[in-house]
Amino acid sequence: MSSTAPLLSVRGLNAWYGESHALHGVDLDIREGETVTLLGRNGVGKTTTLRAIMGLIRKRTGQVTFAGKDLIRIPLHHTARAGIGYVPEERGIFATLTVDENLMLPPVIAGGGMGIDEIFDLFPNLKERRNSQGTKLSGGEQQMLAIARILRTGARTILLDEPTEGLAPVIVQRIGELLAELKRRGMTILLVEQNFRFASRIADRFYLIEHGKVMSEFPVGELENRMDELHEVLGV
Amino acid sequence: MAEATVQPSKTTANRIEIVLIGLGVAALLALPFFVYPIFVMKMMCFALFACAFNLLLGYTGLLSFGHAAFFGGAAYFTAHAVKVWGFPPEIGILTGVAGAALLGLVIGFFAIRRQGIYFAMITLALSQMFFFFCVQASFTGGEDGIQGVPRGTFLGVFDLQNEHTMYYFVAANFLLGLFIVWRIVNSPFGLILRSIRENESRAISLGYSVQNYKLAAFVMSAALAGLAGAIKALVFQFATLTDVAWQMSGEVILMTLLGGIGTMAGPIFGAGFVVALQNMLATSDFPVTIATGLIFMVCVLIFRRGIVGEIYAWLERRRGEKPE
Amino acid sequence: MIFGIPIQAFAGQLLVGLINGSFYAMLSLGLAIIFGLLRVINFAHGAQYMLGAFIGYLILAKLGIGYWPALILVPIAVGLFGIIVERLALSRLYEVDPLYGLLFTFGLALVLEGVFRYIYGVSGNPYPVPPALAGGVNLGFMFLPIYRGWIVVASLIVCLGAWLLVEKTKFGSYLRAATENPKLVQAFGVNVPMLLTLTYGLGAGLAGLAGIMAAPVYQVSPLMGSNMIIIVFAVVVVGGMGSILGAILTGYMLGLAEGLTKVFYPEASSIVIFVIMAIVLLIRPAGLFGKDA
Repeated sequence: MSSTAPLLSVRGLNAWYGESHALHGVDLDIREGETVTLLGRNGVGKTTTLRAIMGLIRKRTGQVTFAGKDLIRIPLHHTARAGIGYVPEERGIFATLTVDENLMLPPVIAGGGMGIDEIFDLFPNLKERRNSQGTKLSGGEQQMLAIARILRTGARTILLDEPTEGLAPVIVQRIGELLAELKRRGMTILLVEQNFRFASRIADRFYLIEHGKVMSEFPVGELENRMDELHEVLGV
Repeated sequence: MAEATVQPSKTTANRIEIVLIGLGVAALLALPFFVYPIFVMKMMCFALFACAFNLLLGYTGLLSFGHAAFFGGAAYFTAHAVKVWGFPPEIGILTGVAGAALLGLVIGFFAIRRQGIYFAMITLALSQMFFFFCVQASFTGGEDGIQGVPRGTFLGVFDLQNEHTMYYFVAANFLLGLFIVWRIVNSPFGLILRSIRENESRAISLGYSVQNYKLAAFVMSAALAGLAGAIKALVFQFATLTDVAWQMSGEVILMTLLGGIGTMAGPIFGAGFVVALQNMLATSDFPVTIATGLIFMVCVLIFRRGIVGEIYAWLERRRGEKPE
Repeated sequence: MIFGIPIQAFAGQLLVGLINGSFYAMLSLGLAIIFGLLRVINFAHGAQYMLGAFIGYLILAKLGIGYWPALILVPIAVGLFGIIVERLALSRLYEVDPLYGLLFTFGLALVLEGVFRYIYGVSGNPYPVPPALAGGVNLGFMFLPIYRGWIVVASLIVCLGAWLLVEKTKFGSYLRAATENPKLVQAFGVNVPMLLTLTYGLGAGLAGLAGIMAAPVYQVSPLMGSNMIIIVFAVVVVGGMGSILGAILTGYMLGLAEGLTKVFYPEASSIVIFVIMAIVLLIRPAGLFGKDA
């Protein structure tokens, strides 16, 4: 781990859904090129943390800095332009758009993103179905599309929310390979994942979230030692 | 429109309302000795109209853009019954109310099939259809309307040609109408209406036949709006297309919005304000439509609780409680 | 003769129906685009249509700017007006009940209508048919004024253009995506508030365009908008606002239905659209092309 300042730094992040207080002061840091995974049971605030970082939840307090930029006070559409790509839990494929249109939707925010040909080399299924409606794709294909469209934008930091949820093992395998490849290319990844076996293959560090805040933080090497704790906390 | 309706704690609202009712009734009895009675009678008609409308918008959450059909329709029915059929005023008014209720049943039957914005558009379209019917039907007198409607003798005893007798007759009807609205709102039925307004799907899951309740509320609101229209026809002794036109539907929305959606007293104040304003503008050069439109825009942008709603909210804040 | 009606009269009324339908289609199209994205029922749509006709009339009377330049300038002017309205007011109402958007635009419609009534009175002002489109052709079974033929063709082009814009362009894909999930589109870096502003401007501009096109057919009058908007509301209830194509088709169909009624039962022609609306509500409450109930 390098000693440079973190790329993404979150301090005392609180967030509310209407009246309900969902995050109670989340602190986390991610350095450039790191892959960090948020672990935790359903409903503890993992997804909320990603949404609050992105600015999708507007009712939030605390500090979120990305590459020296304060993300709290900027409009929602400036977050992505700061260099962050977002792959939502529900995948967010637009039903009234074709695969092609879905792919081209997020604006390119920086150079160095993948070209269309490169993306179709990586995801041949999508190429075959580029003119069909986005929601006609299988769950796995939708997930590929959700990731692919972010790769096109040139974002070097990606927030990924449960990319393997509900997918067949062979697809999960493919997504794992894909994330490993992105990591090799130096991308910074913040991953929310229930499946810590899956996450352990790519993550450098873990944060364990409970009750809307970070309970503990440990590097991937400690995962084996913490198995009992994890089993208890995650209920697996 | 739940977020605009302030629900002050029961006690505050009740205390204020009891004081207001007392003052209001006293003022009502004394007013004709100080003010031109017909002006107050007009205010009462519109205040009752707005309260009837608020029964639907404020307590059931349904925005009708077609209430002119019930108000103006009843005016026509009453005027026709009294003038052509020679009915006494009490039967004439009942005819108007029954006609408005029937019209409400028909329009409501179609309108409750859609929600929210569509409900508003459907009620507007159907009331416009009724407007065109009134333009063409022979009994309405077309552009001229029904003129020279006799006020008659109430119960064969009270000669309504007398301006003061008429005034107290109108005041009695007005109070009766308000009492009915108040009873409906504070009955178990009213409670169910409010639960539909707050969360329709929840009300359905609790086993209420929401459609029937909505239709019932719609018909009651239409009938009460009809009462207001019927009385107006007797007060002014005519019924015209103005009262069935869509602008009238807009006016009653404005009165309610301005006064405070979902408050008992709000629509009364709103109606009083709008009628007074119209009276003022009638002698000036400034067009009423522009004033009405501007008030609408201002209310929606910065004043969604309305006059009475803001007062409630202010009182609540002063009591150190959180508003809403 | 068709059903005992002279074919000239029959074809003539159908043409009137088609002309009316052209305006219903253009207006309900804009209403549907605005509603899809902004969740606002634009009650001022009729007033913006009236505004278009009046701006066309005024720039002709005061500045001598004729029909053809007006066809470009008027939609831009009304579109800009819409943009200002959205920025100053509507954008503040997205978080509250959609009914407030309806009420605000209702107020706006009253003000616009009131201002023009105050200045120009209620009587109509004629707008001359542009010389290039004056006159008519005898089709054998009927006499077709060229301007009316032009309206039908031009409105089809406008509708097709709007459909292509929404379905086939980048802007359209933003618009459709943001109609589904505005927050996510914005999280991707698209300036959705700007998109909303432009969309309202586009819808208002379309209404203005319909207005200037209507000016030579109907008289330019402050009341032309409010008469129109209520019918267009019925049109969108019948069509359902889920589909652009549905709004267009319903507009033409109801215009034709109105024309046919004028032939067979003229007394009902002013209410036939409302009757159809009631029937559709009974059979298909979501509307002919609607998806949501």
